[in-house]
Amino acid sequence: MDTKEKLDAFQDRIDRGEKIEPKDWMPERYRQQLIRMISQHAHSEIVGMLPEGNWIPRAPSLKRKMVLLAKVQDEAGHGLYLYSATETLGARRQDVVEDYIYGNAKYSSIFNYPTLTYADICVIGWLVDGAAIVNQTMLAKSSYGPYARANLRICREESFHKKQGYEMLAKMASGTDEQKKMAQDAVNRWWWPTLMMFGPPDSDSPNSAELIKWGVKTKTNDELRQSYVDRMVMEAEVIDIKLPDPDLKYNKKTGHWEFGEIPWDEFWAVVKGNGPMNRERIKARKNAYEDGEWVREAAIAYARKQKLKEGKAS
Amino acid sequence: MSTFDKIPETKEEAFLEVLLRLADDRLIHGHRLSEWCGHGPELEEDLALANVALDMIGHAASLYSYAAQLEGKPDEDYYAYFRDDIDFKNIALVELPKGDFAFTILRQFLFSAFSFFNYRELIKTVKDEQFNGMLQKHFKEIKYHLRHSREWVLRLGDGTEESHRRIQEAIDEIWMYTGEFFHLDDIDKAAISFNLYTDTSAFKKEWESLVFGTFEEATLQKPDNDQYMFEGARSGRHTEYLGPLLAQMQFLRRSHPEAEWK
Repeated sequence: MDTKEKLDAFQDRIDRGEKIEPKDWMPERYRQQLIRMISQHAHSEIVGMLPEGNWIPRAPSLKRKMVLLAKVQDEAGHGLYLYSATETLGARRQDVVEDYIYGNAKYSSIFNYPTLTYADICVIGWLVDGAAIVNQTMLAKSSYGPYARANLRICREESFHKKQGYEMLAKMASGTDEQKKMAQDAVNRWWWPTLMMFGPPDSDSPNSAELIKWGVKTKTNDELRQSYVDRMVMEAEVIDIKLPDPDLKYNKKTGHWEFGEIPWDEFWAVVKGNGPMNRERIKARKNAYEDGEWVREAAIAYARKQKLKEGKAS
Repeated sequence: MSTFDKIPETKEEAFLEVLLRLADDRLIHGHRLSEWCGHGPELEEDLALANVALDMIGHAASLYSYAAQLEGKPDEDYYAYFRDDIDFKNIALVELPKGDFAFTILRQFLFSAFSFFNYRELIKTVKDEQFNGMLQKHFKEIKYHLRHSREWVLRLGDGTEESHRRIQEAIDEIWMYTGEFFHLDDIDKAAISFNLYTDTSAFKKEWESLVFGTFEEATLQKPDNDQYMFEGARSGRHTEYLGPLLAQMQFLRRSHPEAEWK
């Protein structure tokens, strides 16, 4: 039972900045919110392997091929320990996975956009991972210990990915005319969707207040979005890339870059399943899951037989 | 031997052939493994297959890089991106489509087992320090690839009825492509005479004993060893599967050859 005393004591711990650990008492709602958030994060890592994996076979140099393979491998690793973090909250990996393949669980909508040219890979590194870092830096301070620690580790790797993407994009942006075109076109397509990665505006974000109260998040969607824009405007300028927003302007008073109206209709459409690649992404994951069932069953059957043999031997 | 194959007359020529044969096997195998990325049967295997793919492509890149140094080519990418299918020297086994998980794992097992013995012998034979250092580094990773794939052969063979059937089918399908491991052509023989390659037939028995021993433990049937064996890929006589693979791999680089992509 989530009695008032327990809830108050819990809130005190959060307010004192203590970390909540798996065996500690926590309100059921806190547990559920965390499972939802962490599993969404995990699904995003896994679905994110698809648009990037799309360019592994076509990467334009062996070095870039290896960089991309290593990056996608890192994403799988992130997925793995995030799923483990949900398990510390009592969730079962199978249920959590089936929830987004067959159910309504979400993953980051950004991965419902296609990677059309190799420049998209660079832009995913720079902008998408850049946005993720802003978010995860905050989550590394999250009140739930295992999630905070997972984000700390993820952030370190994402920073590396971001650097790699940015460097290659800089090369393309100062390369041949075709490379410049690919680079700018990719930024034009990905810029707005990356702004949407921080979620709906604060005025329209139902979970935010509660998550902030519980220290799961420490900043609002709009605050995070603003710090992302401020950073990216500078970085774009350095490599001679134009951000596709005619309304971008610096506000001396606030010290922030103001930006134009985010196409929220598109955001909600993609969240609801109507983005350019939603169906393909889910289908690819569903196929992998179902085609792999016999493999997972074989591993279980084999382990069982081995155990039996060991039992007989001893 | 194909009409354009040239038997190496000097040690340098032989060395180049050895490096490219080893590298092409690894690049193409790595490419096939990388196709699993995001589509593996479980997350742990997505990671493992990507890891092996990365090792394979890394081995290829360092071997190509040495070849480029010897031959005066710009860099390792020249060999991966600017040669046509008839120039590739990989065995056909590695270019076959990835198939199901049983096919992929079985191929990796057979290839890793072969690489294990081949590298073990090469390390004893090769005097060139840079090359030998490379072989030793790769050898460590090959041991892991072999262990990983062997464990899966056991799991699938002695797992469920379905997994058993699938990997048995893979054995029967793949076996005709294993002959190229041990077929020595005149180029290999020249390389052996310069102490740059090893007589692979010398460890064929050991390889068979490891492979068949694993099959037996996994309750799998030995393949028919008396069947037609594919031959000629090392001389550019490939299957039809290599062309589309290269078309995909090379298209961007070849579309913009003057651009910087590193």
